[in-house]
Amino acid sequence: MDPLLRIVDLHKRFGETEVLCGIDLEVPRTQKVAIIGPSGSGKTTLLRCINYLEKPSSGHIYIDGALIGEKQRNGAYVHLSDRELAKERAEIGFVFQRFNLFPHLTALANVAIAPRRVLGLGQQEAEARAREMLTKVGLAHKVDAFPERLSGGQQQRVAIARVLAMQPKLMLFDEATSALDPELIGEVLRVIRQLADEGRTMIMVTHEIQFASEVADRVIFMDGGRIVEEGPPDAVIRNPSQARTRAFLARMSER
Amino acid sequence: MPAEAPHFWAVFWAKLPYFFSVLLGAAGTTIKVMLGALAVALTLGLVVALLKLARMQLLRAVANVYIEIMRGTPALTQLFIIYFGLSDLGVDIPPVPAAIIGLGMNGAAYVAEIYRAGILAIHEGQVEAALSLGMTPVDAMRFIILPQATRLMLPPLCNYAVSLLKDTSLASVVAAPEIMFFARQLVTETLLSMDIYLIVAVIYLAMSIPMGRLVAHLERARRAWQ
Repeated sequence: MDPLLRIVDLHKRFGETEVLCGIDLEVPRTQKVAIIGPSGSGKTTLLRCINYLEKPSSGHIYIDGALIGEKQRNGAYVHLSDRELAKERAEIGFVFQRFNLFPHLTALANVAIAPRRVLGLGQQEAEARAREMLTKVGLAHKVDAFPERLSGGQQQRVAIARVLAMQPKLMLFDEATSALDPELIGEVLRVIRQLADEGRTMIMVTHEIQFASEVADRVIFMDGGRIVEEGPPDAVIRNPSQARTRAFLARMSER
Repeated sequence: MPAEAPHFWAVFWAKLPYFFSVLLGAAGTTIKVMLGALAVALTLGLVVALLKLARMQLLRAVANVYIEIMRGTPALTQLFIIYFGLSDLGVDIPPVPAAIIGLGMNGAAYVAEIYRAGILAIHEGQVEAALSLGMTPVDAMRFIILPQATRLMLPPLCNYAVSLLKDTSLASVVAAPEIMFFARQLVTETLLSMDIYLIVAVIYLAMSIPMGRLVAHLERARRAWQ
């Protein structure tokens, strides 16, 4: 069986700067991957390439064996149309560091809008699904609240519910707790842990080393646009083999 | 001329209903010019705004040149070019349509900037969130960006409409039969400049104050969620 995600020789340049210098990665179904590393190491860019929010400079990404963002025609790779790309993205959930809830919509409408407009569900069905997902993240009592009336932790939980409502094959978390006050981090991590326990496939870019070692099956340490070291948390976090990994973990534990 | 004062006021009071009926009648044309020019400005302005946001540099340049010309020359000059200038070339446009086209084309430059600012004010993360959920760029514009941007644009658009209402007075110089046009005729007839122009001011205020209230209301509504 194909791995759920396969990345082949991925490069990304912003002008002169090469942010990703050849990433190869396979993620099997139900695996939980944590990506750690210093800022500027390319981990967020890697995550954004997976759902084509950033267009790779070269290399290819496959989900379930299907190319993301491009297709092959007469042996050449061509970019997908907006509509084809949208269809692929609908299967990949992305949780943003800054939540990016839609401020003009209630929590319920934030969660219901994509099932309604992208999957084409009826209004009632979309709202029922949205209510179910908000209940799952512990916000059944906030369905009618607008984002500005919610705490950061609640906003991020709505954002997670919004992703869950699309029933994605793969969930990407981009530093989902970095913008939160310390006392609000726990409620979001609890939700992510619950999703991990359900056997979902997920990739999280995170600074929460302790959380990563508890939840992830596999930890990837990135630096300078490359994967420096990877393996089970016991190896990478508790017994790193690379000097750069050790130096990074030492800096993180000083915080 | 103190001896004539009683006569003056007698004439004024006697003529007051007549002044009002003539000027209020002309207010219909004023409103017609305003709404017509507003429709032209809102439509053409959207085209200019989209050109200015286009990926192709040539299209952006076209929009920039249009905006520079329209904002860098007096509306009165533009009106004269459309009414008198085109007439020299054998294109005769009647006064009211000429005023609507001239003021509308002029307004499109301002309205385009309002649209553009409204769309750009929506955080990039909103588009990204919409795209990541599987919306196409068109869906994202329709369901996420425009509903938010419209609320940002409404107050400045209403401000523009108020200033457009006052600018319709320019149409009097190309003989569009609006308020100022008839006011000047009444002054020629009666020589009661102060009285007639004060009445004119009152009529404009009666239209612009409610519009200003609407702006204030919309701004409060916007603050409710942003």
